[in-house]
Amino acid sequence: MGGFFQVAWAVAGRQVYKYVTNPAFLAPALFPLFFFVAFAGGLTRVGDVPGFDYAAGYIAFQYVWALLQAVSMGGAFTGFSIAGDFENGFARRLMLAASNRYGIILGYTMASLVRATMTGTLVTVFALITGMPIIGGFDFFGLISLAVLANIAATLFGAGVAMMLRTQQAGPVIRTPIFLVLFLAPVFVPLSLLTGWLETAARLNPFTAILEAARSFLAGDPTNVVAAFTTSAILILVLALWAVYGLRRAERAG
Amino acid sequence: MGGASLLTQVAALARRSTVRTMRQPAVIISALLFPMMFFSINASGLDAASKIPGFPTDSYLDFAFAFPLIQASLFGAVTAGADLARDIESGFFDRLSLTPMRPVALLGGMLAGVVALGLLQGVVFLTIGLLMGVNISSGVGGMFVIVLLTVLVALGFGGIGAILAIRTGSVEAVESAFPLFFVVIFLSSINLPRNLIEQDWFRFVATINPISYLVEGIRSLVITGWDPQALALGFGFALAIVVVAIGGAAASLRTRVV
Repeated sequence: MGGFFQVAWAVAGRQVYKYVTNPAFLAPALFPLFFFVAFAGGLTRVGDVPGFDYAAGYIAFQYVWALLQAVSMGGAFTGFSIAGDFENGFARRLMLAASNRYGIILGYTMASLVRATMTGTLVTVFALITGMPIIGGFDFFGLISLAVLANIAATLFGAGVAMMLRTQQAGPVIRTPIFLVLFLAPVFVPLSLLTGWLETAARLNPFTAILEAARSFLAGDPTNVVAAFTTSAILILVLALWAVYGLRRAERAG
Repeated sequence: MGGASLLTQVAALARRSTVRTMRQPAVIISALLFPMMFFSINASGLDAASKIPGFPTDSYLDFAFAFPLIQASLFGAVTAGADLARDIESGFFDRLSLTPMRPVALLGGMLAGVVALGLLQGVVFLTIGLLMGVNISSGVGGMFVIVLLTVLVALGFGGIGAILAIRTGSVEAVESAFPLFFVVIFLSSINLPRNLIEQDWFRFVATINPISYLVEGIRSLVITGWDPQALALGFGFALAIVVVAIGGAAASLRTRVV
């Protein structure tokens, strides 16, 4: 077990060092920030639609989605880093040297959490500057917990794909499903106001439960919390198995 | 090739540009699939916005139809710009400049490829839009005008892509401009009419953003019918972008060749 954590710390330490020496590590926050500006700035009147009853207002409504997008894309970008490490030969040497290879997955996940903390803080500061209220008080930490779990799930997904394909050309394979999951959710209006095929897709999308509960935390009226945390836990469990499967494939590939 | 007219040179390079694009199914699929996907998600997700008092139509699907056309033009511009940058990176451009072929033919060929892709996108999106239930108030004549305006927009964006490609000579630089284009599209009246944008700063940005007028020109044909003012502004801004972008690209080309 000692080897597991030693490897994890070593991998995480290297990744975090790479982050701090390259400002591009904040790139996952750029698109969420842009979408936040475009949606929260341009669509404020959507909050006036009959039946739109989110107490914290439209800016806060969009902030939660932008935050979850930032942390999820942080996970995807970690997948890109892993793919890059395979391409440049580092990952192969790492797998030869690591006494416990499962620690590699944990290490990348820990580093991804550091990145998500930075990008999430950036999005939050930006939202606060633009007038987002936090009316939920300590419930805000519920939102943060869900963001952390979303990051872990996205990282494990990205890690699994990156280890299976071991090339940076895997970028779209990592990015596109995450993007789809984020958009096939109640992005612009609450679930109750969605209609047609998107309502069906959003109801089937596990991310919807997380998004709706996260918004309820920010509004100080937590709802469907158990469903959201249970969904997150199941996602993490399934995607951890997926990442381990990817690792095994990478081991077999040599 | 030496004795060939400029038109023949442009035609040869246009054919090369089009064949190259057609041989990359991923490019074609992305250029068609992603704009329709975003359109579909936006139209369904923002359907409730049509209930805002003063919203110009009761169908957000109709309102949003300009989105895939404008976004597709952007995809085309980035693709064409990246192809031109690749020609510069690979040395093809330099080898070409040693031949009697006029450099402007390379630009013309590339832009012809952009026009071909824009035409394909316009026709495909119009067909899919009609199948999805978009109602074009201006009728069949309006559909032709929509495709024409889409092609003009694609040409203008293609010119901007060419400037980036010629100035930087880097595929990566052209492709990294994509998010910037995307931002400019979203900071317009693409999602809501300008009079319904509540935030003053956003409404101001949307008003000075030429993309708003391109969007509103296409949108007027879909939801209003024949609106001379919206069309004049739409075509006026589209032509202005074409002139400025192609002029800029030609000037950049002279600098690079010299």
